[in-house]
Amino acid sequence: MAVFIQTMVAGVLIGGVYSLIGIGMTLIMGVMGIINLAHGQLMMVSMYITYVLYHYLHLDPYVSLFIAMPALFFLGCLLQKYFLNPLIKVDSVLPENQVLMTVGIGIVLTEIARFIFTSDYKAVKTPYSSAAFFIGSISFSVPMCIAFLIALLFTAILFWFLLKTDLGRAIRATAQDKEAATLMGIDSEKITIITFGIGSALVASAGCLLMPIFYLFPDIGGPFTLKAFVITILGGLGSTVGAIVGGVVLGIAESLGATYIGMGYKEMVGFVIFVLVLVFLPGGLKRLTKI
Amino acid sequence: MLKVKGIDVFYGDLQVLWEVSFHIREGEIVVLLGANGAGKSTTIRTISSMLSPARGSIEFEGRRIDHLPPHLIINEGIVHVPEGRRLFPEMTVEENLIMGSLAPEAKFKRAETLEYVYGLFPRLKERRKQLAGTLSGGEQQMAAIGRGLMSLPKLMMFDEPSLGLAPILVQDVFHLVKEINDSGVTILLSEQNVIQTLGMCDRAYVLENGRIVLEGTGEELLNNDQVKEAFLGI
Repeated sequence: MAVFIQTMVAGVLIGGVYSLIGIGMTLIMGVMGIINLAHGQLMMVSMYITYVLYHYLHLDPYVSLFIAMPALFFLGCLLQKYFLNPLIKVDSVLPENQVLMTVGIGIVLTEIARFIFTSDYKAVKTPYSSAAFFIGSISFSVPMCIAFLIALLFTAILFWFLLKTDLGRAIRATAQDKEAATLMGIDSEKITIITFGIGSALVASAGCLLMPIFYLFPDIGGPFTLKAFVITILGGLGSTVGAIVGGVVLGIAESLGATYIGMGYKEMVGFVIFVLVLVFLPGGLKRLTKI
Repeated sequence: MLKVKGIDVFYGDLQVLWEVSFHIREGEIVVLLGANGAGKSTTIRTISSMLSPARGSIEFEGRRIDHLPPHLIINEGIVHVPEGRRLFPEMTVEENLIMGSLAPEAKFKRAETLEYVYGLFPRLKERRKQLAGTLSGGEQQMAAIGRGLMSLPKLMMFDEPSLGLAPILVQDVFHLVKEINDSGVTILLSEQNVIQTLGMCDRAYVLENGRIVLEGTGEELLNNDQVKEAFLGI
């Protein structure tokens, strides 16, 4: 029983961070109608920023949040403005060419990272990296708990922003009906740029939060892009609430898989869920809750 | 107030408007009549800058607006209540209304205008926390009109507001349009409901296959043989 509870705790904690990654992707999906396949790679960039700041300036990863998030927001805006938006205007055989562009961006980012930092594993070893506290016999990893709480905080801020500010409402309006939003005076191109920026900043925060726990190498982005994709499908495309639930479900599932099947099968569990959802619940959790 | 001069509009290679010219004076209710596909919606969408005319010009209060980006049209004081309502289905009624008042001036008066709109549509006030997608057709039309009013427009363009509404609600919508007009807003209305709209409008233009074929006051057109034959089947 203790093992089961321990597994659930670990799953929920990492799930909070997964949610953060998934929300970023689902926001972009909702507004632009595309899957951003460079999402994990953007997180990788943020992790390298955190690593460099720690290595050269001895900045704590949590302080790096304040640098990595704006930096990635800016990078995301640039990518949308100069790489993705111009593609909308091109009449192409493939309407999905924006998605292909994100794949390209992901590869380029990975290779730039490899060029600068080589393929070696890097790590940020903070004093609290392996710290833990116990409640009963259940251990709580300190960096995971901090990551979970900060993820909760950012999610709350994001919801406040989307629900209570005009810009946030404009983002939702554009996702729901782009043409009507334009008639109401919303510059949909500007909204796509800001949304990509926000999505990038969210995944950047996840990068900073995971840095004390994970090893870093240039190819770390790929698996996280796939995780984000699984979460987005699981939650229902474009649904922010779905992404939160999806993130936690994926975290728990992976954790259960690692405990009861084997560490090596952790990743596989996510994709089994992915396939099951597509077969039995196309539309994701959104279909169940109507949110 | 609004001058449309000889606009030609294309969808890709297909020309849908041919030298369409008309004007609207301040305070008027002007109606565009025509069958499906005659070019009513296209005309309104072109004024909204969702489409650009290949030739011709559109002036509003003496300023050319035909090549403005579409999201700036509302700042000029022109609001377009689109065909099929086009509310934001997963936002509440109140949020939908708020989306009409994003421009600085409208935003400044947001609370005040919101009260005015709720006064006009008590039903919307009752349902202000409800998602717009769950409203009935008539309520959705009220919300769409309310959203338009939130921008404090000088010219309000309605694209087939009666489409898909029960006859009794159609009456309500036309009364409302008249009421809005009485409060000082100029109106451009596209409709297929010939008798009712001709009865209430100042002037009307008849579109056929993308061309304006007739114009006149409502009364003139009601008595016009061509209109009677084409629309009323008399």
